[in-house]
Amino acid sequence: MNKLLVSPSPHIHADISTSRIMRDVVIALLPSVIVSILFYGWSSVILLAVSVVTCILVEYLVTRYLMKVPSTIGDWSAAVTGVLLALNLPPACPWWVAVVGAIFAIGVVKMTFGGLGQNLFNPAIAARVFLLVSFPVAMTNWARPAGFINVDATSGATLLGVVKEGLEKGDTLGKIFETNDFSYLQSLFINIGGSAGEISALAILIGFVYLLARKVIRPHITLSIWATIFVFSGIFWLIDPEHFTDPLFNLLTGGVLLGSVFMATDYVTSPMSAKGGIVFGVGIGLLTMLIRYFGSYPEGVSFAILIMNSVVPLINKAFKQKKYGRA
Amino acid sequence: MTTTIIWTIVAVTLLGLLLSVVLFLVAKKFKVEEDPRIDEVEKVMPGANCGGCGYAGCRAFAQACVSAPNLDNNFCPVGGNEVMKKVAAVLGMEVKEKAPMVAVVRCNGTCENRPRTNTYDGYQSCKVKAALYSGDTGCFYGCLGCGDCVAACQFGAISMDPVTGLPVVDEDKCTGCGACAKACPKKIIELRNKGPKGRRVFVSCINMEKGAVARKSCKAACIGCGKCEKECPFGAITVEHNVAYIDFNKCRLCRKCVVVCPTGAIHDVNFPAPAQKPAPKPAAAQTGEVKPAPKPAAQAEAPAASKATAPAAENPVAKPAADAEKTTERNLAVKPAEKTEKKEEQI
Amino acid sequence: MKKTFSIGGVHPADSKIAAESKIETLPVPKTVYISMIQHLGAPAKAIVAPGDRVRTGQVIGEPTGFISAYVHSSVTGTVKSVGLRKDLNGIPVVHVEIETEPDEWMDGIDTSDTLVTAIPEDRQFILDRIKNNGVVGLGGATFPTHVKLCPPPDKKAECLILNGAECEPYLTSDYRIMLEKSEQIVVGAAIMKKVLGVGRAVIGIEENKPAAIARMQETVARLRSEASGYDGIEVMTLKKKYPQGGEKQLIDAVMHRQVKSMGLPIDVGAVVQNVATSLAVYDAVQKNMPLITNTLTVTGGCLPADRQKNYLFRIGYPLSYIAEYNGGVPEAASKIVSGGPMMGKAISNLDATTQKGSSSLLYLRESQTLRKQESNCIRCGKCAEACPMGLEPFLLNKLARNGMMEELEHNAVQDCIECGCCLYSCPANIPLLDMIRVAKGEVIRAMRARTAPKK
Repeated sequence: MNKLLVSPSPHIHADISTSRIMRDVVIALLPSVIVSILFYGWSSVILLAVSVVTCILVEYLVTRYLMKVPSTIGDWSAAVTGVLLALNLPPACPWWVAVVGAIFAIGVVKMTFGGLGQNLFNPAIAARVFLLVSFPVAMTNWARPAGFINVDATSGATLLGVVKEGLEKGDTLGKIFETNDFSYLQSLFINIGGSAGEISALAILIGFVYLLARKVIRPHITLSIWATIFVFSGIFWLIDPEHFTDPLFNLLTGGVLLGSVFMATDYVTSPMSAKGGIVFGVGIGLLTMLIRYFGSYPEGVSFAILIMNSVVPLINKAFKQKKYGRA
Repeated sequence: MTTTIIWTIVAVTLLGLLLSVVLFLVAKKFKVEEDPRIDEVEKVMPGANCGGCGYAGCRAFAQACVSAPNLDNNFCPVGGNEVMKKVAAVLGMEVKEKAPMVAVVRCNGTCENRPRTNTYDGYQSCKVKAALYSGDTGCFYGCLGCGDCVAACQFGAISMDPVTGLPVVDEDKCTGCGACAKACPKKIIELRNKGPKGRRVFVSCINMEKGAVARKSCKAACIGCGKCEKECPFGAITVEHNVAYIDFNKCRLCRKCVVVCPTGAIHDVNFPAPAQKPAPKPAAAQTGEVKPAPKPAAQAEAPAASKATAPAAENPVAKPAADAEKTTERNLAVKPAEKTEKKEEQI
Repeated sequence: MKKTFSIGGVHPADSKIAAESKIETLPVPKTVYISMIQHLGAPAKAIVAPGDRVRTGQVIGEPTGFISAYVHSSVTGTVKSVGLRKDLNGIPVVHVEIETEPDEWMDGIDTSDTLVTAIPEDRQFILDRIKNNGVVGLGGATFPTHVKLCPPPDKKAECLILNGAECEPYLTSDYRIMLEKSEQIVVGAAIMKKVLGVGRAVIGIEENKPAAIARMQETVARLRSEASGYDGIEVMTLKKKYPQGGEKQLIDAVMHRQVKSMGLPIDVGAVVQNVATSLAVYDAVQKNMPLITNTLTVTGGCLPADRQKNYLFRIGYPLSYIAEYNGGVPEAASKIVSGGPMMGKAISNLDATTQKGSSSLLYLRESQTLRKQESNCIRCGKCAEACPMGLEPFLLNKLARNGMMEELEHNAVQDCIECGCCLYSCPANIPLLDMIRVAKGEVIRAMRARTAPKK
């Protein structure tokens, strides 16, 4: 008889692993990726490829030659960061911006803290913000590259940007929407303008449902972000509908959906308990709306997530799960 | 522009001055009165903060020394007698000299001696493994091989030998702090007298099972036969619970026990030549002469052996070759000593 | 809505492959080795010597403390030796070796099959029988039953909970006895209810065993109509979730009460006993039969379907004998577990023998059981989500690896029930429980040491 294996209990393991989780996230991102490629064509393909390859390469080089540990690229987390980063860039931005962003995301935000699980900030979000402040021109160039399917859209600029500009000029929202031909239905399906991943709310929602069904994420964080944005903007909108955008508009435009489904729910940089997740989500929602309404940037999701990432350790400390038999 | 710069400099300078005064006052007000001798004692300590003395670190040890009436209960194993003399000088106390100690692994259950019966698949920690079961082999007492001792050693003096699966102590690095002995859940590692020129004899087994059972699980086990106990002229060996133990305070390093041991469980280290059966001058040993090893035989054999293969020079005759690894490691540390020994003999 | 416990839990695949095979009685082997440690607490002291002739049911080990139990000979024959022998963990324990002969039962033991439903009136008589017949808890912990049935006078039991959850995958022995020996189990429950003086007894069974639920319900109804003393016994269907059979979880599920940290079930008025214990209580009280038999499942994914068995065994049978009788250890088995796959013990020594609490020989394939390479914690919180005690295993593991005893205690490592949910659900394959279990032991020892001198 062969030598018996001996180990402490339990002797079986759930069919779950880090790589499976990360692979599921990539799968959930596929609808958005496909939509982005369809509408932005080769430039989107190049951004995705460059970003993913750079992320994986940087992680490989850092683990092998700097940290001198076995490479961790097999866990798919670098690929997730690469895809998310590419989806967070303007479709017309030059490829080298993606390279710089990927190096920053993996090399600085992730690996300097010790790799997967140790980073304080979401690498893709941090890289996006880094690029936004480093290359403001490239990062706000909303020119629309030719896609495989061409849609007759008015302009390449983001709706949020147009609204912000219009309000600053003293226009009312009604007038802005009218001149820009905005419709909710369109923003649900094809919302040209903004980052590569923000085209279709529906594609993101499909990914959200997939992640929920595979039990990769819990809905707490995402739903609490939506609820907060809805309630907060709802209050302002009811008070002054001429100068504050309505709740649905705020949910469907900009990076709210992409950020709330894929980036705020990143395990590493979000609280562990359900309660903590709700607090985290409410914080992101509030900060997003404050930046949108009163800040100088038209969009605030990335900043909101980044800021809330930094308080996650505190949230984890304050909001723990209820222990059995300890009232 | 210039005025702004000047004002800035002035403001910063004033602020700096003000804060330094505040700092000074705070430092004065909250100063903790401490025996100045603690600092002095701490200065002469090795500063390893290993805890081998039983205190949390070198400063804690210094505090304990200062407050104790004498130094009998306090000893820094890392610094040894030299440091303790310095401590005594600072405090104006007497210190008793202690022989330097070294960690000794009392298990020779190499992969060859002790066939594996199971494969462990849990967290690589002896603590976890010991809590779970008897270990991968038939021996309940032997080394578990997960290296808790290696992790416990702050001085990098222990490493696991991948061939034997047993820990190996680097004598030069070992400070005798005892952290490994504490970490070992099987209590295999013992602090023993380092011995003159590092020479010492010990039983490399703590298996308390009956001879036949112990032998079945490990070829190199002490079977508690008592031959060594009878052979020892100094009464240094006691056999209790089926296992022999050599009292290092009584052992005179004659190595008769090494020769008679049927399983090779008794190890001698750092001797220039293997122990020999026919001792030419048995009287010498019995009269208590400390000089080890039967000389003529050693003389004939030592040069050849040391030239050919270093490990062989140390292998006791009765021992299976399997534990060569252990001796190899030791050899490296001991070579200089060996050379001087040879010189003496030639003269 | 079906009841279950409120915090955490996981859903491992059921794998009750042996559920449909009827209990078979194993023949007595030539030699048996009866361990003196078959219960929690002080080991029993062997009172026979080599050469003695013993009869089936004769006392061969006496308790040596308050928490300890009698050990009886499971066979008739001659004592060959009394000495150390390795248990299934390879740890030497005193065993009595008996060479067997055809059975010759001790006087006073009723070996007939007649069901005795009349419950004795004398409480002390019942307790004495339970104690003298060496009954211990058969749910896993093997805690002496008579001790559990005598709560301290200042504590009042309100509800007896019979654990028929059998939440561990693969195991089917409890399921089989609930089907085949339901009357005895219910009588046992009524006896324990009587001893405790409680009005309510709940038999908790998970929803994945509908046949057992139906059978037990029918039996309870029948006995209630036929004899007295069976009021207040009910069968409760529980949602399937591991570790439902954990004492604290079962109390939470059935009574919606939670036992305080370091507390006992009796603090909230609950006494939990396994259904197999109830059967042993029946045998001990109604038949004066010592606890020398129990049911064990031989199962595993790599075992052919016709060899998935439930056996009635006696204590002291070598596990290797049972494996051989069953047709040998399957080639594909790389780990053999005694008990369920979540909390059972991996067997390192198949020469070990069956004990009162043995419940299975579970063969696991290497692909099922081999631990995968540990990787970085991704802070997903799945371990905390799964922990039925609401602990944070990821944190406890880190603290344990760094030996931070005070923080460990502060974070309630002592509440850990070692159910294995954390390790089971960790995507990074971190051996959380391995370290936490050791740290828990150290913390509890430190806590006891702290309180002991004050008393």
